[in-house]
Amino acid sequence: MTTAPPAFPQPRVCPHLPPPAYAELRQGPALRRVTTHAGQLAWLVTRYDQARTLLKDPRLSSDRRRPGFPVISVQVRLLTERKRQALIGMDPPEHDVQRRMFLPDFTVKKVGERRADIERIVHEALDDMTEHGPPADLYRDFALPVPFRVICRLLGAPWEDRDFFQDAIRRLVRTFDTAEGRQAGAELLAYFEYLVTECKTRPDAAGLIGRLAGTGRISDDDLALAAMSLLIAGHETTAAMISLGAVTLMENPEQLAAIRADPEAIKPAVEELLRFQSIADSANLRVATADIELDGVVIRAGEGVLVPGSLANRDAEIFEDPDTFDVRRDAGGHIAFGYGRHQCLGQNLARLELQIALTALWQRIPTLRMTVSAQELTARPPGAIQGIDALPVTW
Amino acid sequence: MSVEADQRVCVGAGLCALTAPGVFDQDENGLVVVLEGTPSGKARDEALRAERLCPSGAVRVGRSHG
Repeated sequence: MTTAPPAFPQPRVCPHLPPPAYAELRQGPALRRVTTHAGQLAWLVTRYDQARTLLKDPRLSSDRRRPGFPVISVQVRLLTERKRQALIGMDPPEHDVQRRMFLPDFTVKKVGERRADIERIVHEALDDMTEHGPPADLYRDFALPVPFRVICRLLGAPWEDRDFFQDAIRRLVRTFDTAEGRQAGAELLAYFEYLVTECKTRPDAAGLIGRLAGTGRISDDDLALAAMSLLIAGHETTAAMISLGAVTLMENPEQLAAIRADPEAIKPAVEELLRFQSIADSANLRVATADIELDGVVIRAGEGVLVPGSLANRDAEIFEDPDTFDVRRDAGGHIAFGYGRHQCLGQNLARLELQIALTALWQRIPTLRMTVSAQELTARPPGAIQGIDALPVTW
Repeated sequence: MSVEADQRVCVGAGLCALTAPGVFDQDENGLVVVLEGTPSGKARDEALRAERLCPSGAVRVGRSHG
């Protein structure tokens, strides 16, 4: 008798914790079969070492258009239809050429130069929130606008257009309806095509778009798609991490106290939050372009591979007592930003934003607390960047 | 111990510059450069850690020279 492979990904019960059934998957083999959203059979990688090995393997493609690419959501389905792919859906050599065009804006040094700007943005959001509250919605009033403003400035996307961006992005990334998602994606892309064209006529155009528009290094269409993709990737994940990070810290008051007592403690704490929450499983999808043998299993060419951080980052061989949240542990080896050539371009920006936001939050509002329990927060559907869309708080 | 870095495979994640700032840096293009080819003490430990974290294999720390 055989049983059908389990569905993957699965829904979270608490938004800041992996689905309970993942604990059992971790006890099983390092590679096993699962069933995707689209009903495909695909390989699931459950261990850290195998995850890192495969994410570096050039025989795994990120190209969403390839037959067999694992479709875990409506959003991935939409990407499989796209003629052109953004960075996350590219393979070498195109991937490496484009990534190197964007790198100068994301180095540790360049990101560090943004510290004062990010601090100002964080404090202005907290000024607004404390003027109007309590109560407040920590997601809407803080976790979302902070990284949104930061990435708009980095790209050179006008903040005045934020209502359009936020509405269209919400329709694109939250929908279960392919037609609605396709429409929202088309609106966003058309906006960025206009913005790129407009930047070419202005020598003073700011940000990454201003730096690259009209240089001949990248086509207008590719730059527009890249800007749209960086705008979404650059805030959706960080907003989720700030809000869920606040939840996890409020759930662990003794560890929050340790962070508040020592300004340096926030750095390892952010790494532990990244490991513990592992919100971006949906970024680590691949399809094999050749047969790959690993651990006595053969992944056949054309088969999909899922490499979720929420499993690898809780591998007990690497992270002792992995289900315990411990801001004092060395979590630096986590693959919450992915691994291999696609590892998050904006990781150092995300680190800095999280460190600043989660420090300032309790400096300004020491008595911050949730008005609902963590279990009552609504988790996003599996296949999305994991997070919440509302976080009711008071102080 | 000698430290090497390969810009051809570097993906500019910056983890080496973050982890071992006395040993590695990123040039203005975001690619790895070696600041200290033969680190010792704390810098040596940091270089080994950077090698472990590097997502592309661009950072290599040789162990043959003690």
